[in-house]
Amino acid sequence: MTPVTEPPLGEIDDEGERRALERSWRRRPGIAGWFTVTTHQALGKRYIVTAFVFLLIGGVEALFMRLQLARPDNPLIGPDKYNQLFTTHGTTMMFLFAVPMMEGMGVYLVPLMLGTRNVAFPRLNAFGYWMFLFGGIFLYAGFLTNTGPDAGWFAYTPLSGPQFSPGKRVDIWAQMITFTEISALCVATELIATILKMRAPGMSLTRIPMFCWSMLVQSFMVVFAMPAVMVASNIFLLLDRTVGTHFSNAAEGGDPLLYQHVFWFFGHPEVYIIFIPALGMVSSIVETHTRRAIFGYPAMVLSLVSTGFIGFGLWVHHMFATGLPQIGEAYFTAASMMIAVASGVQIFCWIATMWSGRVHMRTPMYFVLGFVFIFVLGGLTGVMLAAIPLDLQVHDTFFVVAHFHYVLIGGALFPLFGAFYHWFPKFTGRMMNDALGKINFWILFVGFNLTFFPMHILGLKGMTRRIYTYPAEMGWGPANALATVGACIILIGGIVFIANALASRVHGEIAGPDPWDGGTLEWAADSPPRNYNFVNLPVATSRYPMWTPPEERVVVTGVRHDRREALVTTLMDAEPPIWPFITALLLGLGLVGATFRFSWYYPAFGATGIGLIGWFWPRRPEGVRS
Amino acid sequence: MTRARTLFIWAAAVALNGCGGHQQSALDSVGPQAGKIESLWWFFLWLLTAIFLIVIFATLWALTRRHRGIEQEPLERIHLPSGETEHRLTRVVAGASILTVIILFALLIASVTTGKALSELGPKKQGITVEVTGNQWWWYVRYLNGDASRIVVTANEMHIPVGRPVMLRLNSNDVIHSFWTPNLHGKRDLIPGRVNTEWIEADHPGRWRGQCAEFCGMQHAHMAMWVIAEPEDQFERWMEAQRAPSKQPSSASELRGRDVFLNNACVFCHHIAGTPAAGQVAPDLTHVGSRLTLAAGTLPNTKGNLGGWIADPQNVKPGNHMAQIDLPPGDLEPLLDYLESLK
Repeated sequence: MTPVTEPPLGEIDDEGERRALERSWRRRPGIAGWFTVTTHQALGKRYIVTAFVFLLIGGVEALFMRLQLARPDNPLIGPDKYNQLFTTHGTTMMFLFAVPMMEGMGVYLVPLMLGTRNVAFPRLNAFGYWMFLFGGIFLYAGFLTNTGPDAGWFAYTPLSGPQFSPGKRVDIWAQMITFTEISALCVATELIATILKMRAPGMSLTRIPMFCWSMLVQSFMVVFAMPAVMVASNIFLLLDRTVGTHFSNAAEGGDPLLYQHVFWFFGHPEVYIIFIPALGMVSSIVETHTRRAIFGYPAMVLSLVSTGFIGFGLWVHHMFATGLPQIGEAYFTAASMMIAVASGVQIFCWIATMWSGRVHMRTPMYFVLGFVFIFVLGGLTGVMLAAIPLDLQVHDTFFVVAHFHYVLIGGALFPLFGAFYHWFPKFTGRMMNDALGKINFWILFVGFNLTFFPMHILGLKGMTRRIYTYPAEMGWGPANALATVGACIILIGGIVFIANALASRVHGEIAGPDPWDGGTLEWAADSPPRNYNFVNLPVATSRYPMWTPPEERVVVTGVRHDRREALVTTLMDAEPPIWPFITALLLGLGLVGATFRFSWYYPAFGATGIGLIGWFWPRRPEGVRS
Repeated sequence: MTRARTLFIWAAAVALNGCGGHQQSALDSVGPQAGKIESLWWFFLWLLTAIFLIVIFATLWALTRRHRGIEQEPLERIHLPSGETEHRLTRVVAGASILTVIILFALLIASVTTGKALSELGPKKQGITVEVTGNQWWWYVRYLNGDASRIVVTANEMHIPVGRPVMLRLNSNDVIHSFWTPNLHGKRDLIPGRVNTEWIEADHPGRWRGQCAEFCGMQHAHMAMWVIAEPEDQFERWMEAQRAPSKQPSSASELRGRDVFLNNACVFCHHIAGTPAAGQVAPDLTHVGSRLTLAAGTLPNTKGNLGGWIADPQNVKPGNHMAQIDLPPGDLEPLLDYLESLK
């Protein structure tokens, strides 16, 4: 193996080599191709588009809630529908939009940034996508048939238990969690293996792009958090509901708080699972558009990792009002405040990067600045909520609604919009319209603050969460009306974004492989990338391989003998298999059936076994290709 | 012009008043508990607002400073500023991080100190003990007493003596609820199978509204409760009145109303002391006429509202557990007369 210095990355070296790559990585044509795809770009794009559709649906639900709350004693939506709406809104945004969206970005970008051809376990990747899609369809099949869950996205027992939530609504919620947690665990496993084992030669741990670090931390959090929600929703809740266990039944020696502990042991890390990848996106955008290496790389990485750890030590701050022993609560106050240090360090590093860089104020940077404004504000109200006495007042009020929308929309959605504008040229080969992008930003920024800032005041003035109406005497009308106006402005912002994306996809300026002159390896691939990403796998000669002068760039062409060097590679099953789809379909049918009849679990798992046998059936001797 | 004026009035209302009513506000404390929390709130608010402004100004400064410094020179080639700039930035960022830790530590101490002070407030003077039990969607209130005959039971409102600590024993009959009267104290959950306690105290007479703060099902929005603080003697008079059995009917209509009540399904759920009605799953009606509201704060307690509530409970509060009883025409009027007479 000899590193060759010419040609630069991404350029075609050998016509025969390129043709062989095209052949190995091609997708099956037609409808079969749709069901058998395993390339990470196609699956990543599907995750992103599907999750975006769920964002729109969840947003429309939010809009209906805002219309209902726009004035006191509004008869527009009754309590039954309203409770289904806010439960489905929360569930959709958490499980069907935010987590899958971040995973989709990871699936798409991580292999490109690492300079490899696909994620590890590509068939698992396909399986994960199908499970996610089926889970989403299942939830909305319930919602549209008036069987939408109505016990909140947290489904506290005993309200969600068999006695107080008869019917199938809560079962559908709990089983939907199963779908999405399987999907999340699949992606987390792939990304951990990909990041740890399939990096480009030369890419030591200190050279991993910040976004990949964030996906690595997020994936480990998924691995530890998702089993907790499986215990809460499937063991405590579904067993109580289907086979009459009494985990949450105080009258039979159970305890409703047990569910809360386990649920929030998942539920709090969930926030960071959504928000840590967004931090990685911000770093990518900032370094590219300020034209300098990110300031404080080690501090940034340590912040991400410590956020990942501390994120598991905060769950009790969702339960301060339940009356736990005070000494234990003080620990959780301290931990909740400590996590602000990790976020603070990253904010300071970004500001330092901007201060010493040459900032190009394009749309992605606008969204980053919007993120700083909104997220810092949300983080500071988070510090307030960590203080137990303050939390006892504002817990479960609109103050908390304002807080977590500042943290999640500011901390995840704004970076995500920035990321769309930043990587859209990579996804589609065309630039998004920058002028329209800035208009898009201002509409969203104004709409967002108009919607959510008044909610802080509403919460302090006594407005509790999850109420479908309120009496006029409470005086909450004007601020609520203002919030509804803001929500309509957000809707306009969303429409502008979609219009920009659709128009730019067809008419946008041709981007070329590296429109921003970025530093990381995804900009070495074509836009949109070919199925195999790179003709010659690149070598990471520094933290920013694309910022090393072209004459110093290196690619891999063979295996080198003259020194100890390991290139961890594996033969990828590039054949497009149908089995991940079939397995997901069979398991999905089984899980849906089991919601209605417990015995469906047996055929479900039997059928899944058949799917897995097909999946792993050896087709030909290893290494031999037709 | 008129639109502009409306907008202005709106904006003024939002800015000056937050949202009008002060009877359910964490920023209008009337007791030592809420007072301590409110002080902590203002401390947090001003300090954190200052930090927010500093971060935003630092960001804007980073963006708008002149990007022509000498340290910028090597940027386009190696994408790194000079070593000297990096050193300076490292010092600033490290300093800011250490400052963050110190500020958070101060906030932590303030928070824990307030928490400790709150827990020491309760038992300093001789107080009374009230048991509050959550139900879907109303509050059962019982004043405990060593002498069983002096126990008082009411629903959806609580009278307390001014200046005396009141210990609440919080429990639930069905799902988790949360008791919250922000003018008096923060919230505390009512959890089936557990008893939580909380101390409240009012500094001066007045009426404050509380509301269930933990989502508890269909009518979570209509589960309110009034806390009425009165001077000691007035409170004692109220307690005496509540201890008495129900008032005897004093007119023909009231008499007939009592018969209507006792001969219908009302008695399966409601209790009226001094009559055979002994139901235990719905609010005690012994002194229902003396209460401020109906259906847990949903309606002001007037005869007309009571009639609407009894005639069609599902219209007023959809999903609630009160049975609809189809009374023959002519029965409702006497029933209302009787119930309203139960002062």
